[in-house]
Amino acid sequence: MNVNSLPTTPIDKADTGQRPGMFIYNQFDQQLIDERVAQFRDQTRRYLAGELSEDEFLTLRLMNGIYVQTHAPMMRVAIPYGLFSSEQMRMLAHVARTYDKGYGHFSTRQNIQFNWLKMEETPDLLADLASVQMHAIQTSGNCIRNTTTDPLAGVAGDELEDPRPYCEIIRQWSTLHPEFAYLPRKFKIAVSGAQKDRAVTLVHDIGLSLVKNDAGEIGFKVSVGGGLGRTPMIAQTVRPFLEKQHLLSYLEAVLRIYNLKGRRDNKYKARIKILVGSMGVEAFTKLVEAEWLQIKDSMILDQTEIDRVKAHFSPFDYETSSSDNTELEQTTANNPAFARWLEHNTSEHKVPGYQVVHVSLKSPQAAPGDISAEQMDTIASLAEQYSFGLLRSTYDQNLVLADVKQSDLFVLWQALKDADLATPTIGTLNDMICCPGLDFCALANASSIDVAADIQKRFQQLDYLYDLGDIDLKMSGCMNGCAHHSIGHIGILGVDKKGVEWYQFTLGGFSENEAKLGQRLGRAIAKADVADTVEKIAQVYIEQRQANERFVDTFYRIGIEPFKGRVYESH
Amino acid sequence: MKVINNRQIVADSWQRIDDESNIENLPSDKIIVSLAFWNEHKQSLAARDDALGITLNPEEDVAEIAADLSSFALVVLQFPAFRDGRAYSQARNLRLHYDYQGEIRASGNVLRDQLAFMERVGFNSFEIDEHQDINDAINGFDEVEVKYQASSDEPLPLYKRLTA
Repeated sequence: MNVNSLPTTPIDKADTGQRPGMFIYNQFDQQLIDERVAQFRDQTRRYLAGELSEDEFLTLRLMNGIYVQTHAPMMRVAIPYGLFSSEQMRMLAHVARTYDKGYGHFSTRQNIQFNWLKMEETPDLLADLASVQMHAIQTSGNCIRNTTTDPLAGVAGDELEDPRPYCEIIRQWSTLHPEFAYLPRKFKIAVSGAQKDRAVTLVHDIGLSLVKNDAGEIGFKVSVGGGLGRTPMIAQTVRPFLEKQHLLSYLEAVLRIYNLKGRRDNKYKARIKILVGSMGVEAFTKLVEAEWLQIKDSMILDQTEIDRVKAHFSPFDYETSSSDNTELEQTTANNPAFARWLEHNTSEHKVPGYQVVHVSLKSPQAAPGDISAEQMDTIASLAEQYSFGLLRSTYDQNLVLADVKQSDLFVLWQALKDADLATPTIGTLNDMICCPGLDFCALANASSIDVAADIQKRFQQLDYLYDLGDIDLKMSGCMNGCAHHSIGHIGILGVDKKGVEWYQFTLGGFSENEAKLGQRLGRAIAKADVADTVEKIAQVYIEQRQANERFVDTFYRIGIEPFKGRVYESH
Repeated sequence: MKVINNRQIVADSWQRIDDESNIENLPSDKIIVSLAFWNEHKQSLAARDDALGITLNPEEDVAEIAADLSSFALVVLQFPAFRDGRAYSQARNLRLHYDYQGEIRASGNVLRDQLAFMERVGFNSFEIDEHQDINDAINGFDEVEVKYQASSDEPLPLYKRLTA
């Protein structure tokens, strides 16, 4: 039977929040999240009535994205593979105003967090989200989390195939998977479809990258056991080529082995990377392949299903007539501020005449990744006017309007600038990734937001900042490494020593097509000296770089010693 | 003790035998033994007329009893804590790889909010944690009816069920 005969609710975008270009729920997708809200409402009622213990409720609320943080309950709302609509963004603004203090925080896993909630209101919040086909399912807890991907999926020129249909297929497979809800630890999957890995797949529990085999067929390279946190590790290849039809059976085999064999006696040794590391990748792969051989034929992912999901992500009807750049060039010549933004905050679109716009959430006026309800409304309208009503959240805590006509760039820039969303620093040192740190997070040992502000201030001179080029700075407030400091060109980790905040630097981490962990610079630095230290590191680079060498390339040419010498010389 | 069997609250008809028991002195009744006890007294246990059950710890591989499964009317799997999810995969393995048709029982920290997932992977018998009200727990099965994945309860994923 034709898959188009799948029953679907009528698509009224004003009602559902969904738009062409993204996955649109059918009645079953909607029913699931509605049932989940009702279930959680009852669980919350039982908890508040004393029928559910703190411990039991903890696990249930985590699987609905709710943590209890330093000040109040926090909810992490899922943005599956970072794609959402203007209507959904407006709902997030509504949530920020109604249930929070008027803002939200985008995380490195493309989700958004609200920090100031009341537990008894969380079921209503989830019901509001469900009305626009959003949820917080499995954004926390020891289960399969939101699958992440390339923020430029579908519009990047270096793409082999759009990874998002596979992300959606994985989302459905992993949502309320009965066997894998109580894993040893959290489990993260990322999918990349491009030559450049913008989804940092190699630091995920499973990294999938679309590749072509010798026969010209497209399938997945499967890597397992990457992860950051306390014991950072780069994922290892378990299968160089997996046919698409076996995607779900292979994932199921990996998860089954992990669920049975992963350590449960120590939460710091419970991630799959520890299992792979202790068994060795060959032994682990052998177990997975043996399991997979038994289940692969009964779990074929049909091409018709791939096509059904793919149809949701078909490219827009782009205007091909708008590829005349003369006007844009003229505007650029007359307006240096616009020119700076154009150079740093936009990137190439695969269709001539279009451009990808990176909306900066790194204003010096706000914490990295933070966004106010007013800004959310503004971006929702701008997306509607200029980018088919769709938005993307990115790994580096910014937003993307992926499909902007070049002729609209100048007006869009003006509107973004008025909303403080056009800080022209994308990809620079000031575009740092930063966790909420001690100010919000119950796990943190040190603050990150105020230190980030110190650094941004130090490098506020744009010419200086641009001269430093692409430097990837990542700062986490504790060992859990939510800001992925281990793979930052400059990584900063906050630690607590007898009640005082100190900062441990690593240099030379990166995650592109291969990944490397940063090397430790030396003893931890006092809070007041962090910005100074970053500046000293930058100076060494400026003095030593050759031609167009990036920071990280200079680092690998000259090694860590010159940096060490400069930073610790006067101490 | 009451248990939930196939979504009905019934009196438990099984008796647990501890490892110190004398093999000559077992009650003539439906009994549950450990893997160690089974391995030690396989022949005498298999020769009994009464139904036999076996209990596995989470770290014990179900493959160890694969060849003997026809001897067991019941396999009990343990949840030392509700967060310890190994028994989900043990149950799934029994149904999927060994086509085990007998009763699979969840024992230990078994709570209302996990019953639906347990049932999906193949459990059909539940010893509800003694601190919980079994009459309340039985409401935990149908809270979410949409099931995307295939599992022991649904041989096909949702999209194949819809297009079949």
